[in-house]
Amino acid sequence: MKLLTAILTMAATTLLASQALAEDTLANPPASWDHLWNEVMIDLYIIGGIFSTAAIYMLIKFRAKSPDQVGTAKTLSPVQSIGWVLIPAAIFMADDFFLAANGWTVWNEYRRVPEDAMEIKATGYQWYWEFEYEDGTVTEELVMPVGQPVVLRMTSSDVIHSFGVPHYRVKEDVMPGRITYIWLNPVEENETVVQCAEFCGNDHANMWTAVRAVPQEEFDAWLSASADEPTFDIDEWKDAWSESQRSAAR
Amino acid sequence: MNTPSATAGHAATPAWKEWLFTTDHKRIGVLYLVGSMAAFGVAGLMALIIRLEQMDLGMQYITSGTQYNGFLYFHGAAMILAFLIPGLTGFAANYFLPIMIGARDVAFPRINAFSVWLFYFAIILALLSFVIPDAPDIMWTGYPPYSITTAGNTSFYVFTVHLLGFSSILGAVNFLVTVIYMRAPGMGWNQLNVFTWTTVAAFVMQLIFIPVLAAAVTLLLFDKYLGTHFYDPSAGGDVLLYQNLFWFYSHPAVYVIFLPAVGILFEILTTMGKNQVFNYKAAIYGGVWGIVGIAGIVWIHHLYVTGMPDWLRLGHMVTTLLISVPVGILTLSMWGTLWKSAITYNTAMMYAASCLYLILLGGLTGIPLALPSLTLHLSETSYVHAHFHFIMALFSAFALFAGIYYWFPKMTGRYADGAVATLSFWLNFIGVNVTFWPLFIIGVEGMPRRYWDYQMFPQFEGYHHIATYGAFIIAAGMLLQFANFIYSAVAGKKAPLNPWNSQSLEWTHTQSPPGPGNFVEDVVVDENWSPYNYNK
Repeated sequence: MKLLTAILTMAATTLLASQALAEDTLANPPASWDHLWNEVMIDLYIIGGIFSTAAIYMLIKFRAKSPDQVGTAKTLSPVQSIGWVLIPAAIFMADDFFLAANGWTVWNEYRRVPEDAMEIKATGYQWYWEFEYEDGTVTEELVMPVGQPVVLRMTSSDVIHSFGVPHYRVKEDVMPGRITYIWLNPVEENETVVQCAEFCGNDHANMWTAVRAVPQEEFDAWLSASADEPTFDIDEWKDAWSESQRSAAR
Repeated sequence: MNTPSATAGHAATPAWKEWLFTTDHKRIGVLYLVGSMAAFGVAGLMALIIRLEQMDLGMQYITSGTQYNGFLYFHGAAMILAFLIPGLTGFAANYFLPIMIGARDVAFPRINAFSVWLFYFAIILALLSFVIPDAPDIMWTGYPPYSITTAGNTSFYVFTVHLLGFSSILGAVNFLVTVIYMRAPGMGWNQLNVFTWTTVAAFVMQLIFIPVLAAAVTLLLFDKYLGTHFYDPSAGGDVLLYQNLFWFYSHPAVYVIFLPAVGILFEILTTMGKNQVFNYKAAIYGGVWGIVGIAGIVWIHHLYVTGMPDWLRLGHMVTTLLISVPVGILTLSMWGTLWKSAITYNTAMMYAASCLYLILLGGLTGIPLALPSLTLHLSETSYVHAHFHFIMALFSAFALFAGIYYWFPKMTGRYADGAVATLSFWLNFIGVNVTFWPLFIIGVEGMPRRYWDYQMFPQFEGYHHIATYGAFIIAAGMLLQFANFIYSAVAGKKAPLNPWNSQSLEWTHTQSPPGPGNFVEDVVVDENWSPYNYNK
């Protein structure tokens, strides 16, 4: 296992180093995610193509011509038996380690927070999100300036939730008693959603809010406007929410 | 061994009494079959409600999220714990494993009877959740703190798991002793049916891992009702402790379901193809036992997004990917068994052939989920939902139905094949693809699991429509199928004792159905005997 770890570490660092040389721009995990996904898909199409072609061929080719016909496959010799284990196992393991090394590289992009990242505190409640900015402003939607990496320090005040933003290809659970983090890199103006991705009860399906990436000036204006607003009122929110539920039910 | 035929001579014993007090492994097997199919029916209805609700945006049929969550909870828990596990290790193993090894019954017939009735009590307890106020709404995973703070009655979940776990542990001990000590004279380990091996492997895992699940849910019970704080971080507990304990059992549980299904598949591929198992020893010692060996060290892949330490996530990425080695060897054996075979097609073989597709699709779509980086996006989406339905639910259920068609002539003396069986097969096969392919697609786009509404993604409505139509195609197929089973058992075409010309003991040495004590004469085999001796 130690050897395995060593090999994998080497593979991952080599890949990382080559990537770091190639580009000194900020990592963009969603783009890497898409790249890795396509790579894995090609892998799967090849394996799936080989196996399904073989299966369809044999299922058609080896139909019994008469009811008394029996199969004619020969028992493997010991060498053949071992060969049919070792060679496929080697191929599968090579593929596994290839995928593991690539997966690890992308993983590191997701976990290494850029130094200049803006800190935002995110808290999950049953059933809404709350964000606290560095200046103490508390909001119910997540707004980020374009080009400014953001790190979210996350926890929950009640049950387990999960902070999932499909647009940024990222998700991490938020739990009472623990602090987890993810970082986002808003490379362009965009409006998307964060949704709760861990089952949390009655309104799990409604626990989502806006995530916006806006130009710096717009962000500054929004932040100071939010700071002037009274602190988020949960009772008011609940009333508004149940009203929206009633109208949805009609 | 005392055969359970003491009552057979007394014609006066009413039939219901014979079934209620039976210790015959075959009748117990049938009781498991009936119970698991009942659970399948009810949990299937829940699935239809779930699909209908997801069909359109907004609230259609349910009156609250909690009600929907209750349906989801019941669907998941019942399908896994009361349909798949008892169907495969309860029904199939009980009925056929003792016969396959040439035994007259299991080692402890009365404990066996106790097991099946524990299972029935568990089903009754689970069904009671429809009549109690505040039914459990905690999903089959029951994660705290939600399962502790919810108004739902978590104790029904805990006690159901206790009863089923107790039943499974007793069954595991019983069958392991049976296979170790009661094989027919002359039957060596390398002559066992693949199904026997896969079932032994499943029981070994049940024995090792169930106590951990039992501990996990018991602590849940203590936390909720006795005021302890095992999972309460505000008093020094830890919410992730439960998830670790739970998946330490529940990932191996996937193989408890998967392996016996693979075993049934091998029985059908060899019998219908009149061929030997390709690379038998590699499949058993490399494939089956390789999976057992690795099953207990991959559970963190269920916790990739829970903030586990990076070294654990990456370590389990490697172990998870390495599952592809034993599974690959097993798959190669399956494919190799087709090579130069002489396949006769019937309903069992059609189901078996479709299982090859399901294992491929379900297995390969699991590979992205082995990588923590891809799972950061895919976790808790309908991609995961479609993946585990293909590999665990559909593959294993199709294998179980294949087994029912395969063994039907042995259990009833009649065929279940025919036009209705063929039609229901195609409805089921087309239905599962129509249902679950759209979920793959919208899952990658971000559609979350366990949502009854998806206001943030109105563009997915069309996909949900298609998936719901698929669910109703499956429902039609299953209704036809069960009608066909019942009709065929009573009035199906009569079958000879060994209609498929199999070499396995349940076909060559028994009546249909086998009488009390299974065999007319004690079975003795020599070293040349094999259940797959077609080309000799």
